[in-house]
Amino acid sequence: MTITVASRHDKSGPGAQRQQDRPGARRTTRRSGRLRHVSLPYLLLLPALLLELLVHLVPMLMGIVMSFRELTQFYISNWSEAPWAGLGNFRMAVDFDAPVGQALLKSFLTTCLFTVCSVALCWLIGTAAAVFLQERFRGRGLLRTLFLVPYALPVYAAVITWVFMFQRDNGLVNHVLHDQLGIGGDPAFWLVGDNAFWALLTVSVWKGWPFAFLTLMAGLQNIPRDMYEAAALDGAGVWKQIRHITLPSLRPVNQVLVLVLFLWTFNDFNTPFVLFGKAAPESADLISLHIYQSSFQTWNFGTGSAMSVLLLLFLLVVTGVYLLVTSRGRKAKARA
Amino acid sequence: MAAPPSFLWSRRIFLTVLTVFVLLPVYVMLSSSLKPLEDVSEKFQWVPSEFTLRPYADIWETVPLADYFVNSLIVSGAATVCSVVIAVFAAYAVSRYDFRGKRVFTVTVLSTQMFPGILFLLPLFLIYVNIGNATGIALFGSRGGLILTYLTFSLPFSIWMLIGYFDSIPRDLDEAAKVDGCGPVGALFRVIVPAAVPGIVAVAVYAFMTAWGEVLFASVMTNDTTRTLAVGLQGYSTLNDVYWNQIMAASLVVSVPVVAGFLLLQRYLVAGLTAGAVK
Repeated sequence: MTITVASRHDKSGPGAQRQQDRPGARRTTRRSGRLRHVSLPYLLLLPALLLELLVHLVPMLMGIVMSFRELTQFYISNWSEAPWAGLGNFRMAVDFDAPVGQALLKSFLTTCLFTVCSVALCWLIGTAAAVFLQERFRGRGLLRTLFLVPYALPVYAAVITWVFMFQRDNGLVNHVLHDQLGIGGDPAFWLVGDNAFWALLTVSVWKGWPFAFLTLMAGLQNIPRDMYEAAALDGAGVWKQIRHITLPSLRPVNQVLVLVLFLWTFNDFNTPFVLFGKAAPESADLISLHIYQSSFQTWNFGTGSAMSVLLLLFLLVVTGVYLLVTSRGRKAKARA
Repeated sequence: MAAPPSFLWSRRIFLTVLTVFVLLPVYVMLSSSLKPLEDVSEKFQWVPSEFTLRPYADIWETVPLADYFVNSLIVSGAATVCSVVIAVFAAYAVSRYDFRGKRVFTVTVLSTQMFPGILFLLPLFLIYVNIGNATGIALFGSRGGLILTYLTFSLPFSIWMLIGYFDSIPRDLDEAAKVDGCGPVGALFRVIVPAAVPGIVAVAVYAFMTAWGEVLFASVMTNDTTRTLAVGLQGYSTLNDVYWNQIMAASLVVSVPVVAGFLLLQRYLVAGLTAGAVK
């Protein structure tokens, strides 16, 4: 009711007059009606705002405060009374000579390498698939649907299937590599040791590339057909058209896509958690699982929070620089 | 456009390899779910030595899968409905009004995508416990707490996508609705929402998938009665035996609702992405 009243003072004449016949409208003074009109967007935003505050922003601020405290299991029920630690937690996290800092640094570097490989492969496969499926041919619709299956499957169901495939003695991977292709000596362990990195990368790419594909397919639909027709008239073949029309036109889409893929892959917890359980092997110890594991193992949540804050700072800097570089590129292009 | 053979062959080879890569786990899931336990415990076989539907009957006995299923449905369903309604309101405000703090709002909401989940897992857990102690509203361990958490996970992306979608709906339409006597909220429900159905469906699919697939918060914030499928599936491996055939059967069963829904609605998702995220 109150919201319909607000429209009374809209510029739309006839509608406003009709609204005045409503009983509720007559009771409201002109002044409060205008107030409500001004506040309508805020009212509409309120639920989203409250939820974001409760679930994201307040916990994040709390996490930052926690990172300055000596928060062990004794203070967990009354965290605000934990002793102040100053920068102690941060110093511990970045003391690369001590075991904690050393493990964190190693996990960070692993995550960087992993993220670069995964994003690059997801992007490459997604681009190739989107470009190859741009033109109509028999079976195109079917493939388009099939390619989205890894994206649609729930993470735990999909990753647990990969766990089964990577089993040493009864898995498909070793059966194919060892028994059918005759590669190597003993069947390899995939989910422990150095191979775990490749296992994780495979699963991550399998699960992640369809998102790139989906976004790029949507991006391809915005390229006007006559650009291709004009290029064809000028004698450009398919490959040339892809290089000079398709790929450059996808640039703005790619800028968003790469950033989103980067953030999702870097923060991914679910894939390593389902693949390895609570503790990942060193070669595939991604940072979010590492922080989770190290905070719940030592029950030192202060240090865990400090690690998370450092991670957030890193992501903020990377994202900021990325946005700056891409927007500068865009501006330079607009000027040219 | 006449494509040269080099293009056709590259396409054929690439798409074949990719199809095999994509479908391999699906085949393993399906074929292993039809095998007896001896088959999945020993060397991998491409074709089951004996087809059996036993795993599909057993999955409900080994763990209370039906209960987990119901929990997941309630949590994901409620999170989806709330998230979509809230996102529609917020996106409408941003798309149709100028107000102070608009930029701050959009930037803040979007940047929550950047937070590592691990940073707010523990604080959120403490907040829920404290709210529970102070007010008696049980958020920790309850479905309500999980719904509340999940609906904010999909919110930033949903709002962002819907803003783009609403922006692409001509303003003349809302003006016309207002001339016909609709208030701003009436215009939203009578004009914008019907015109934005593809975008809203896309957002709903995304929200449902996010909730249905989440593992971290589900494993920390549920108890025996509120456990979701994400956690419940771990029950098939005991100390002595791993019932791989049942795990595969259960994985297939829990995947069917979201995959079927997703594939049916993927047309909308592509349309939604085109109008929203890409522009």
